[in-house]
Amino acid sequence: MALTVRIPTPLRTITKGNAEVQAKGDTVAAVVEDLERQFPGLRERLVDEAGEIRRFINIYVNEEDIRFLDNNKTALKDGDQVSIVPAIAGGR
Amino acid sequence: METLNRLTCRECGHVYPAGPMQVCEQCFGPLDVDYRYDALAGRVTRETIAAGPPTMWRYRDLLPVDGEPPVGVNVGFTPLVRARNLADALGVRDVWVKNDAVCHPTASFKDRVVAVAVAKAREFGFDTIACASTGNLANSVAAHAAEGRLKSFVFIPADLEPSRVVGTLVYGATLVAVEGTYDEVNRLALEVGDRFPWAFVNANLRPYYAEGAKTYGYEIVEQLGWRAPVHVVVPCAGGSLMTQIWKAMTELARLGLIDAPVRTRVHAAQPAGCGPIVTMIKDDTDVCKPVRPNTIAKSLAMGNPGDGYYAYRTAKASGGTGEHATDDEIVDGMLLLARTEGIFAEAAGGVTVAATRKLVERGVIARDESVVVCITGTGLKTPDALASRLAADLTIRPTLAAFENALAKCWK
Repeated sequence: MALTVRIPTPLRTITKGNAEVQAKGDTVAAVVEDLERQFPGLRERLVDEAGEIRRFINIYVNEEDIRFLDNNKTALKDGDQVSIVPAIAGGR
Repeated sequence: METLNRLTCRECGHVYPAGPMQVCEQCFGPLDVDYRYDALAGRVTRETIAAGPPTMWRYRDLLPVDGEPPVGVNVGFTPLVRARNLADALGVRDVWVKNDAVCHPTASFKDRVVAVAVAKAREFGFDTIACASTGNLANSVAAHAAEGRLKSFVFIPADLEPSRVVGTLVYGATLVAVEGTYDEVNRLALEVGDRFPWAFVNANLRPYYAEGAKTYGYEIVEQLGWRAPVHVVVPCAGGSLMTQIWKAMTELARLGLIDAPVRTRVHAAQPAGCGPIVTMIKDDTDVCKPVRPNTIAKSLAMGNPGDGYYAYRTAKASGGTGEHATDDEIVDGMLLLARTEGIFAEAAGGVTVAATRKLVERGVIARDESVVVCITGTGLKTPDALASRLAADLTIRPTLAAFENALAKCWK
């Protein structure tokens, strides 16, 4: 299961400057583990001690916020695009 | 201003040099401007503030702008209206309306945050400023960019009302209509901001932008005669205004300008069709569950509020709570405010009035306590919200007889 993960600016120091990386996994949680294997240190930036996605990070699968899906258990399929996006303030 | 020329993460305390930056790189928490409060105490007094201009810049010492503001010098210091008729209607003695429906120049409180953001954009050397917005923020960014001779890009959902579109294009902004919801537009804007070297008011200028909202809170206190009200009811989209009003009041107490601790209870008002912050408060959880907005209060339709957690914390810390308002209640609120005080607020104002009414009915706001109702934008930009409820009463031929006939019918 190969998919693309989009990396926001603050995390690119860990991904060697890459804005997009390839990862494997059948759930969001599994992708996080795979990212950690490839880029040690990335996991703790994404999830808290309890394994939950951190409060100020939004993760999207294709165009959908995973909180509308199954959070970090959200199932993934080949070719999905996962986006990691910081929470945005203000607006309207 | 007296700042330490640095930003500190509100969550993990990591420190960064002052600059354009959206969030903490360690934990993604929000970044705060660090002021030298010890240097400000005693130097910023009621008198020094009163000697300043009748604009938000009278609080310049408490804003992160060096020197004279380059744009928006007339923003703020909007009326705090003693709302006696509304008070009668709500059955409360002491009601005040803080009326940013008449904020210069674009008739919403966003002028306060944008004036600070554009000052910082120029200071940091940007030539282009951008935002994602459905209306008020877009109008204000475009207007202040024109004044500051910056290029501006505004990203909006493609289904926006034409009146909102004109109110941005008129200033010469480049408007990008995106086929998607506001939350999707916001996300795209973030990704654009990653790729292009632009100032995004609510992204890489967020720590500064947010500070402008404090002036709304300072003004409430000063205009009440340096007194913090017992209650403030605040409309919430992203949740930043509510947080910043509370910050403003606690700062004034810290500087000795009002009594500490601040006892004001800060309440959140949101539409029932998009109320994730009020839901957090009512369920007493600090986890924000995003929603898909469905409300006539478009300026509050943010399903994924960036400062939801802090708005919740503000309610908890101040002893505040929150209320949802249905579309019908929102319209009733708009009409009530217009027909009691002669103030035509946007739908968000209807939400705030409706929530205030519910808080009175619940007994949260006691009848002898003071309450400030926050009106943050004008109804004149989106009259369509009321069109279905209001029609011309009398349409006649141009004769006196026709008028008398019509009048007889309408009095019958």
